[in-house]
Amino acid sequence: MSILVNKNSIVLVQGFTGSEGTFHAQQMIEYGTRIAGGITPGKGGQMHLGRPVFNRVDEAVRETGADTSAIFVPAVSAADAILEAADAGIKVIVCITEGIPVLDMIRVKHYLEGKNVHLIGPNCPGIITPGEAKVGIMPGFIHRKGHIGIVSRSGTLTYEAVDQVTRSGMGQSTCIGIGGDPVIGTSVLDAVKMFMKDPETDGIILIGEIGGNMETEAARWIQANGNKQVAALIAGLTAPKGRRMGHAGAIIAGKEDTASEKIRIMRECGVHIIESPADIASTMKEALK
Amino acid sequence: MNIHEYQGKKLLKAAAVNVPEGGMIDCAEQAETLAGMLQKKTGKNSWVIKAQIHAGGRSKGGGVRIAESLPQLRKHVTDMLGMQLVTHQTGPEGKKVRRLLIEENVYHASKNSVNEFYISIVLNRATARLNFMYSTEGGMDIEVVAERTPYLIHREEIHPGLGLQQFQARKIAFDLGLNGNAFKEMIRFLLNLYKAYVDLDASLIEINPLVRTSDERILALDAKIILDDNALIRHPDYEQLRDPDEEDDAETEALKSNLNFIKLRGNVGCMVNGAGLAMATMDIIKLSGGEPANFLDVGGTANARTVESGFRIILRDPDVKIILINIFGGIVRCDRVAQGVVDAFRSLKKVRVPVVVRLQGTNAEEAMEIIKQSGLDVHPALSLQDAGDLIKEFF
Repeated sequence: MSILVNKNSIVLVQGFTGSEGTFHAQQMIEYGTRIAGGITPGKGGQMHLGRPVFNRVDEAVRETGADTSAIFVPAVSAADAILEAADAGIKVIVCITEGIPVLDMIRVKHYLEGKNVHLIGPNCPGIITPGEAKVGIMPGFIHRKGHIGIVSRSGTLTYEAVDQVTRSGMGQSTCIGIGGDPVIGTSVLDAVKMFMKDPETDGIILIGEIGGNMETEAARWIQANGNKQVAALIAGLTAPKGRRMGHAGAIIAGKEDTASEKIRIMRECGVHIIESPADIASTMKEALK
Repeated sequence: MNIHEYQGKKLLKAAAVNVPEGGMIDCAEQAETLAGMLQKKTGKNSWVIKAQIHAGGRSKGGGVRIAESLPQLRKHVTDMLGMQLVTHQTGPEGKKVRRLLIEENVYHASKNSVNEFYISIVLNRATARLNFMYSTEGGMDIEVVAERTPYLIHREEIHPGLGLQQFQARKIAFDLGLNGNAFKEMIRFLLNLYKAYVDLDASLIEINPLVRTSDERILALDAKIILDDNALIRHPDYEQLRDPDEEDDAETEALKSNLNFIKLRGNVGCMVNGAGLAMATMDIIKLSGGEPANFLDVGGTANARTVESGFRIILRDPDVKIILINIFGGIVRCDRVAQGVVDAFRSLKKVRVPVVVRLQGTNAEEAMEIIKQSGLDVHPALSLQDAGDLIKEFF
């Protein structure tokens, strides 16, 4: 078991023939992900990387039985690509694209409400269940099959966490990078809930950062409903107020947005706080003793 | 992207959102002509002169003044143009005033019957919907209102499919205590303001104060607009609204090299791939006894060129005593980054501070070898802890 993606996931790549889409589709195929084909409007009927190209997502779903999609479409049309995937019945949509206008994402989020679909991202590294399926851009080789679930708002900081966990000998059940934008699909809490239900996951690592209240929302739920140990790192203790730290979502607007306030609330909720980014795996290991 | 008040008001006016009569000047000679024109339009010989800088709290520092005569206007304009304006948002060195906005004084001869409100449109991240935030307590710092009298701040959430509805606009206008013509004007103002937000692809519109004048007009007396950086792709015309004088030189230079740089006041420079890892690296620096001198995300394409530009930008800061490079190689290969560091080091000739390089991920071992072989004052580290320990040794 794992969450959201596994060896049975049949994956499409939207923006298949573009340079990003091509490169990462190749990487995913090499990892062993079942890439069934891809979509590039206007190039339907061609073959690319030994797989069929379709004009439309619904057509691709009909032909391949795909249930998962990875989006590498440029920012101006990425929101549209998410809508198309949801409309075609894709269950797990992973949007890698960075720089989607916020108003577009507000509309997308509204469209997805009440639908049986998980959107991961946008502006994220994607999701991986080690040894089964990689749907995203993370370096596959740092992962190792195991029992730690990782959810993170960051990209390379997720890799850092994964690497520490792998080196500690623990390994990962599934790792999700949910993205650094102000409006995203799957929240920290959504991911935590899924990990809590997953029998393969023993402990959860949560990599958060300044901005918004997603980490504290998850912590309050964990306090009331959690049945597994959770260790959390909040990056950005040294970040100044009012400056956007790279991610559009990483900005300290109010008091609750600061790393120290988040840490205070999470600690109160019984979450194990990772004091230094160098102690991600060791804190998890300690919590599981 | 931040823009000036005068630019924001121009955008609002074009969207049929009422703003006071006014215009921008950048040299003193233009002042009297503009003032005369405003007098003709409004019948008032009283003007407000507002310094145009990207910072709030201008009036306390003398950045907003009133002139009741042309000689007074002339004096204020000469005093204000070129002044170094200090507010709680500018830092102690202040910001140079290069432009002034001159407007009709809506308070003139009617001081008592003008009402001031606060209104803004912001994203509520928890619900992923836009909110109108509004209050009868306009004209003062809204954070202070939020702290002292939170019950005086109201929120109205906007449905993403429907937009602001008439009944919601009425609710806001009633909450603000309006009636008669001003009530009708407010409804129109709110509907147009919402439309402007959407059409502009804004990420914040804040009107403080929003006023009801003695003649029942509703006007945006101030306008703070932030445009969504992600939406610049569909508004190429916004590029001309950018004011390079308002942006830090190093930050502008970084942007040109596709680097994301923010200057801080510390002694350890850092260069990292990825925003989250960059923040975590800054935290490690602090935990190791240093202070981060900057945030620098070189993005997904760390190569010799980006590393060199990163070095140049960090080394401009005389306070930097040591540099930490932290790259987690995924798609980016560590050996290439290492070669980039070595090349940049050689091409820059004199890097005057020690450099700690932490490379992990794809080809990390090869990268270590390249750095060790180079014979440069570069200290390699494999884990974050190693990097932190090396920094600690310098303090």
